[in-house]
Amino acid sequence: MRDVYFDYGATTPPRPEVVEAMLPYLKEQFGNPLSLHRYGEAPREAVEEAREKVAQLIGARSNEIYFTASGSEANNMAVKGIGLMNQKRGKHLVVSAVEHLSVINAAQTMEKLGFEVTKVPVDKHGVVDPADVEKALRDDTTLVSIMHANSEIGSIQPVGEIAQVVKERSKAYFHTDAVATAGNLPVDVKELGVNLLSLAGNQFYGPKGAGALYIKRGTRIMPLIDGGVQEAGRRAGTENVPAIAGLGVAAELATADMEERRAQLVPLRDRLIGRITSEIDRIYLTGHPTQRLPGHVSVVVEYIEGEAMLLLLSMQGVAASSGSTCTSRALKASHVLTALDIEPGLANGSLLLTLGRDSSVEDVDYFMEVFPPIVDRLRQMSPLYKEA
Amino acid sequence: MPTYSEKVMDHFANPRNVGEIEDADGVGSEGNPVCGDMMEFYIKVDDGLLTDVKYKTFGCGAAIACSSMVSEMAKGKTLEEAKGITNRDVAAELEGLPKNKLHCSNLGADALHKAIEDYESKAREG
Repeated sequence: MRDVYFDYGATTPPRPEVVEAMLPYLKEQFGNPLSLHRYGEAPREAVEEAREKVAQLIGARSNEIYFTASGSEANNMAVKGIGLMNQKRGKHLVVSAVEHLSVINAAQTMEKLGFEVTKVPVDKHGVVDPADVEKALRDDTTLVSIMHANSEIGSIQPVGEIAQVVKERSKAYFHTDAVATAGNLPVDVKELGVNLLSLAGNQFYGPKGAGALYIKRGTRIMPLIDGGVQEAGRRAGTENVPAIAGLGVAAELATADMEERRAQLVPLRDRLIGRITSEIDRIYLTGHPTQRLPGHVSVVVEYIEGEAMLLLLSMQGVAASSGSTCTSRALKASHVLTALDIEPGLANGSLLLTLGRDSSVEDVDYFMEVFPPIVDRLRQMSPLYKEA
Repeated sequence: MPTYSEKVMDHFANPRNVGEIEDADGVGSEGNPVCGDMMEFYIKVDDGLLTDVKYKTFGCGAAIACSSMVSEMAKGKTLEEAKGITNRDVAAELEGLPKNKLHCSNLGADALHKAIEDYESKAREG
């Protein structure tokens, strides 16, 4: 049996260089970066070096990078921090219907605090129309948050265009959740024209527990965590030095082989999409067919359910994921598939295959060997299938 | 994914009695594809005994395992005995189900009871 990891979207394996770079700060260089004595020196330098590398990855200045514990924290910081700090100017926020839950639920919390939130719809490919964002803008809008790419359906948003509209037509800040793209696709904050941007190390072969929020100089934002002077007073708490050092190296490696990464993954992705949609009946690609993340394949399979597929795939050595109701702990339908107007029964046949560095043509072909019999087997026992 | 007991995984991977009965004496279904689980049970009845029980299931691992377990528990039983099988009994026989699956996926006994009702109402009419 072959071991196939097709769940890079859940998390990526840290590169050996990343792990190496983290180790000293878990051992002899355990000091607190704030300490004035010699134990603080190397950790302090490590954090600032990492800041430099993350800044380089996204074309920012290093003093515009604020480390967080995750992409979710960065998203919360952007939505809540901007909303709360700028409420004298207005209490209206704009997000898209397919944002990550760390944006959607943060916006919901703001609603409870008396803010108004407009959710911009998406088209059948899950893409936001900049004209819809323009329509949603008001005089009292202080933040627009539209993700760079969606991790569930892979679609890439026209963030540059949207940022332009927001800049021209409002006084709002523009934030993009780039957790799925940063480190995997070229991301440049100046080119995109964003005021804030979230990223997470574990999405590009860095460690868990390290994310960052880019905050453009001059942006008014309230800290989520008050306390000491870490992160220029915007995010208190002793820095997670090992994770930050690892994130820095992951960013450096990504900057160096960005093009290679894309060039490796796009043909694999397209091979898998081509085979899965042509060799299996009644299976539909979700998200945009071409404007999508390089290693991202998402489908819905008619007549069968996602979790059952995942369990049988796992027995064949394939690790994948699904947005079906049954696979979510909360047993709720995915808000992303719902926003695409995919019929709920069909959405339960969701299957998500995310490829990465170690994926190969052999993996794709092995998958296509084991998957069709699984579909067939589950359909044979499905009461819905006979009706077709 | 939830952590299932060995028994659940066994019934999921090797479901017993799966299929359809063409000339079934009773048919009953429970659940719907929107909530993620749907089961259809088919029964054959002879002299008050369930001589055959089959089913088709759309759903997660728990749903498939529950259907399989119900079919095993019911086959060969009298109608009255089969009516006494509860979803709770099925979960217990499966050595437990994850908490969040107890209600939505554990519909097997209900679907079986509906098939028995279907048989009985036909018998009354017939």
